[in-house]
Amino acid sequence: MKAAVIVFPGSNCDRDMAVAFEQAGFEVEMVWHKETALPSGIDMVGVPGGFSFGDYLRCGAIAANAPIVRDVKSFADKGGYVLGVCNGFQVLTETGLLPGALLRNSELKYICRTVGLRVDGQSVFTQGYDKGEEIALPIAHHDGNYHADDATLDMLEGDGRVAFRYTDNPNGSARDIAGIVSSNKRVLGMMPHPERASEAAHGNQDGARLFANLTSLLATA
Amino acid sequence: MKVRVHVMLKQGVLDPQGEAVRHALGALGFEGVSSVRQGKVIEMELADGTTEATIGEMCEKLLANTVIESYRIEQL
Repeated sequence: MKAAVIVFPGSNCDRDMAVAFEQAGFEVEMVWHKETALPSGIDMVGVPGGFSFGDYLRCGAIAANAPIVRDVKSFADKGGYVLGVCNGFQVLTETGLLPGALLRNSELKYICRTVGLRVDGQSVFTQGYDKGEEIALPIAHHDGNYHADDATLDMLEGDGRVAFRYTDNPNGSARDIAGIVSSNKRVLGMMPHPERASEAAHGNQDGARLFANLTSLLATA
Repeated sequence: MKVRVHVMLKQGVLDPQGEAVRHALGALGFEGVSSVRQGKVIEMELADGTTEATIGEMCEKLLANTVIESYRIEQL
C-alpha cells in the first residue's frame, strides 16, 4: 500500500502525517505541490495541516489551485482515498471535493488544545472506532468554524457524512461538525489532528486508530 | 486597465471579525453602530480589453469562495 503526502510551502504537519501512515504500514512518498501527477500506484493521498502559502487570500485557497491538486482531484473523482487534516480540510473544501467552508473561529482566537469528539457516520477512516464513541484529539487552528447552508448540513447528516462532532464546540462550527466525508465516503476532511495523537510518546493514541486499519480495509475495498 | 474587486461574506454568514470591530467601536464610545461587516478589496492591473466575463472567472475560481462570499467588480 502506498500513500502520497502532499507538501506545500508552509505545510508543517506533513512529516507527522507521513509517520502516522508509515506506522500503519503504508509506504509513503512526499509529493511537492509543483508536481503535476501523483506517483504511480498510490492508494491514499494525505493533505496535511499547516499554513500553505501563508494562508494568503483564504486558508487553502492558493493550495487548492496548485498543480498537484488537479491530479489529487482527478484521483478522488476516480474513487481514490484522500485524507485532509486541518489546513488539508480547508484545501479540500476550496477544491470543491468536500462541501462547505471553514470560517474564522467564532471567538476569533487561534485554539491549540485537545478536544473531545464523538465518532459519527461510517467510512474506512472511522472503522477503528465504535459509532458514538467519544475520543480526544488535538486541534490547532484559527479558521475551523465549519459553515455550510442548511440544505447542505441536512444532506450531510441525512447521508451519514458527518465523521466527527465536537462534544464541546470550540470554534462555532455548524452542528458541532469537526469532520465530513465525500458522498462516496472516500474523502475525509477534519480539523482535529489524528497524526498528533498516534504514538505513546504523544500521550494519546486515539488518532492512531484512524490510520491503523486503513491498509487492510483498502485491500478489501 | 484597473479593476477593483470587493469581496464580502454573504448575508447570513456570521462575520466574527466584523462583530469584534463593532464591539470595539462601542467600547470607544461610538454609539449606534448596529452592524459591521468586514471584507476585502483586491486591486488589479489588467491588460486593456480584459472582459468582465474573464474577471468574473477570476473571482469565481480564486478571489472569492462563493460558498461563503459574494463579490462585486468595479472598473476604475
